[in-house]
Amino acid sequence: MSALHELTAEAAVRALHAGEAGAAEMVDAALARAEDDRWGSFLALAAEAARERAREIDAMPQRPPLGGVPIAIKDALSTRDLVTTAGSRILEGFRPLYTATCVARLEEAGAVVIGKTNMDEFAMGSSTENSAYMPTRNPWGDDRVPGGSSGGSATAVAAFQAPWALGSDTGGSIRQPAALCGIVGVKPTYGAVSRYGLIAFASSLDQVGPLARTVRDAALLLSHIVGRDPLDSTSLEWPAPIEVPQATDLRGVRVGIVSELMSDGVEPGVRAAVERAMGLVEELGGEVRPVSLPATEHGVATYYLIAPAECSANLARFDGVRYGPRLDDSDDIVEHYERTRGLGFGPEVKRRIMLGTFSLSSGYYDAYYGRAQRVRTLIRREFERAFEEVDIVASPTSPTVAFRLGERVADPLAMYLSDVCTIPVSLAGIPAVSIPCGLSEGLPVGLQLAGPAFSENRLLAAAHALEGAIGFDPRPPGVL
Amino acid sequence: MTGAWEPVIGLEIHVQLATRTKMFCACELSFGDPPNTHTCPICLAHPGVLPVVNREAVRLAILTGLALGCEIAPRSTFARKNYFYPDLPKAYQISQYDEPICLGGRVRLLRDGGETWVGITRAHLEEDAAKLVHAGVDGRRAGAESSGVDFNRGGTPLLEIVTEPDLRSAADAGAFARQLRQTLRRLGVSDCNMEEGSLRVDANVSVRRAGAEALGTKTELKNMNSFRFLERGIEAEIARQVGLLEEGGRVVQETLHFDPDTGAIHSLRSKEEAHDYRYFPEPDLVPVAPDPAWVDELRASLPELPADRRRRWTAELGLTYEDAEVLSETAALGDYFEAVAALADPKSAANWVRGELRAQLRELGQEPWESRVTPERLAELLALLGDGTISVPLAKEVLAEVIRTGAAPAEVVAERGLGQISDEDELGALVERLLEEHPAQADQLRGGKDRVVGYFVGQAMKATRGRADPARVGRLVRERAGLPT
Repeated sequence: MSALHELTAEAAVRALHAGEAGAAEMVDAALARAEDDRWGSFLALAAEAARERAREIDAMPQRPPLGGVPIAIKDALSTRDLVTTAGSRILEGFRPLYTATCVARLEEAGAVVIGKTNMDEFAMGSSTENSAYMPTRNPWGDDRVPGGSSGGSATAVAAFQAPWALGSDTGGSIRQPAALCGIVGVKPTYGAVSRYGLIAFASSLDQVGPLARTVRDAALLLSHIVGRDPLDSTSLEWPAPIEVPQATDLRGVRVGIVSELMSDGVEPGVRAAVERAMGLVEELGGEVRPVSLPATEHGVATYYLIAPAECSANLARFDGVRYGPRLDDSDDIVEHYERTRGLGFGPEVKRRIMLGTFSLSSGYYDAYYGRAQRVRTLIRREFERAFEEVDIVASPTSPTVAFRLGERVADPLAMYLSDVCTIPVSLAGIPAVSIPCGLSEGLPVGLQLAGPAFSENRLLAAAHALEGAIGFDPRPPGVL
Repeated sequence: MTGAWEPVIGLEIHVQLATRTKMFCACELSFGDPPNTHTCPICLAHPGVLPVVNREAVRLAILTGLALGCEIAPRSTFARKNYFYPDLPKAYQISQYDEPICLGGRVRLLRDGGETWVGITRAHLEEDAAKLVHAGVDGRRAGAESSGVDFNRGGTPLLEIVTEPDLRSAADAGAFARQLRQTLRRLGVSDCNMEEGSLRVDANVSVRRAGAEALGTKTELKNMNSFRFLERGIEAEIARQVGLLEEGGRVVQETLHFDPDTGAIHSLRSKEEAHDYRYFPEPDLVPVAPDPAWVDELRASLPELPADRRRRWTAELGLTYEDAEVLSETAALGDYFEAVAALADPKSAANWVRGELRAQLRELGQEPWESRVTPERLAELLALLGDGTISVPLAKEVLAEVIRTGAAPAEVVAERGLGQISDEDELGALVERLLEEHPAQADQLRGGKDRVVGYFVGQAMKATRGRADPARVGRLVRERAGLPT
């Protein structure tokens, strides 16, 4: 058996159930890795609680399904008594009263939370540089961003600090960092995973999902978190259990490569890696053909009306009155609001709150928010039409490999365009997987595969088959 | 045209629904409990929480909509109404906005002197804000030393009912609000306690020249916490608007507060100061789409409403408007009355239930339907009264006994020998004896003083402890004295 921290989650669960290792050792191994803070993946470690939980699990007469395997959790998810900040100063030191449904389900199944991972403040960003606390560095190159907003979770998994992690994805926040860090990320169908306890950014787009080093691990994690939650009205009764995939070929699978997302805006090295992957699809018995999704070109513009509008309301509750640090002690309530929020939010969050407030204002609603909702419907229909002809649509996950820290900080628009390939899928509410499909300039390239709503099993099966053919080595040089 | 002005009034009524828990979380509703003892992460707007619609609140909204003749929307939605205020922890209120659950109803308003129709524009579900508590001089915000927030009330389910501007007087507005309260109580939708704020009424008021088509500029009178203040407030506002217009001024669209202590009206905010609430669809909730079978079931379960009852009683049973209004106040009293009226003369049933029965029971702290006087017993009593077996004073005595023991009135009468004496010979002998015993009065009588008849009837009643048939005694007195009968 290799070192415990190098095991996939699946192998770790097997080892735990076989009695080859205890949860305590497993958790210690992960914590030892996680305590190395050179990448800045964790905002907080739950070392003591994790060790205690691992001992409890080891003492159980019957080991729970996940056996005591460690997991890292994005700081956007509420964890009882464990500081949860969503990467924001306005929640510094905040200890929630309850645990998010998806985290509670994993704990129930025997996963052990080892810590909370860094993220762009309130999940707004594509590089994790918008964290109020620190930047996170990409394990494939420490001058590179890990992507975002789930950059901490992606880095923790890519740097073998945890076998897997939970992230959240609003416009690409799981898939893009997974792509930039050379791991697997899944954005499930909207409604697949309960959002109860996910600190909201844009409610109609937010979804929790797995980050892992293999498709099978991602599927295993997803299988434990999908399903209806009475505390989330938008969560769905899941039609069939998520299966850990076994497929090794793609016979009969029709893959459409999105023409608009293979344009000049995509780096040549990225395009080449995606094209090679399409070649492998054919070798595995699948069929590749171009599909056109013209409305996706309006995806970013649409997204930057809808998401800020929703966030402007979602973030209005952070006023320093009921929880969070007291950043101001004005006597006047309006002054208190203004100063707390002025000090507590970072520049990108403020930018989006202002954008959203403006687009919902009387007289502008129809032109902005209303129109964006109509374009969203168009995009969804376009995907539906595409799925009449193909089973899966493919594109790069990100038009570029990991960019340099600081490179896009001063240029919000360039940062927003990082998510040009992932945003349309979010607007359509459909599931997508990002898998690593090779390197360009020594940095990982991600391939995005998207399918119709509820097609997770087919999607994961295809991703698994392709993953085998690609044979990507997830170990960044010098990390292990 | 002369100085005749027509008031035009519409009401907006906030009803606190009688659910066990809040609109979007499982906290229990409470009134008067220590502050912040009925809260949870959801109603305190902690990070990451989500609302879930209270099904019972939806049921009560549908019941109300059906009772008000509304269409129940097959699909209704919630929106976020955004504004910052310490009583609103999310900084938005979740409220139905452009797709409310109840639409387009119509209510027959019964009031003394006739009926009129009042249109219902809509009724929609929303959540209440928390309660601000101001410490300082007089509990008001202005000049308070500090303010606290009690989140117990935050998230209480409300139904806002909006009427068309169909009301034409303060009295009609009051009558409508009263009738609505009666209806809501009958349905169990709300306890409609205005003091505790579970029924809050705002009025939109404008005036126009009698006969004019176009509406005048309206003002909104906020939060009047009793029916009397509602009527007084509207009257004061009508007078203020008419005064302004007659002096050549104009009415400004604004929100007003009526101070019942001084009768003064002052402005809370003008139209220019109105908030931009930036409504947008609430993404955390799915549309409310009640199963049509459920709606049908609720429709079938609707009881006869108090107003319909009143209307039937005045039309079919010949009750006065006032009797009908009093007896329909609660369902239990109305049901009791109906049970009596089915077995006895409805008008005397109404009299007795409203009057003597309630008066006697009130002293014992009982309600008719909980008392030993079953409708059957009361009907028996009324029958004895009707066929002349007992007189009214005796009937009251018998009633007191029935209240005590629950015995059949006929048995009480028999046991106590209380039956009315109607026997001509017996009464004739009594009258003759009385004439002898009271010679002075007998002389007056023979001299033609009709008034003295009453004196002898009184004496006869006294002598028989009320059992003598007074009408018969009167006739016999006249006969014996040679007066015309």
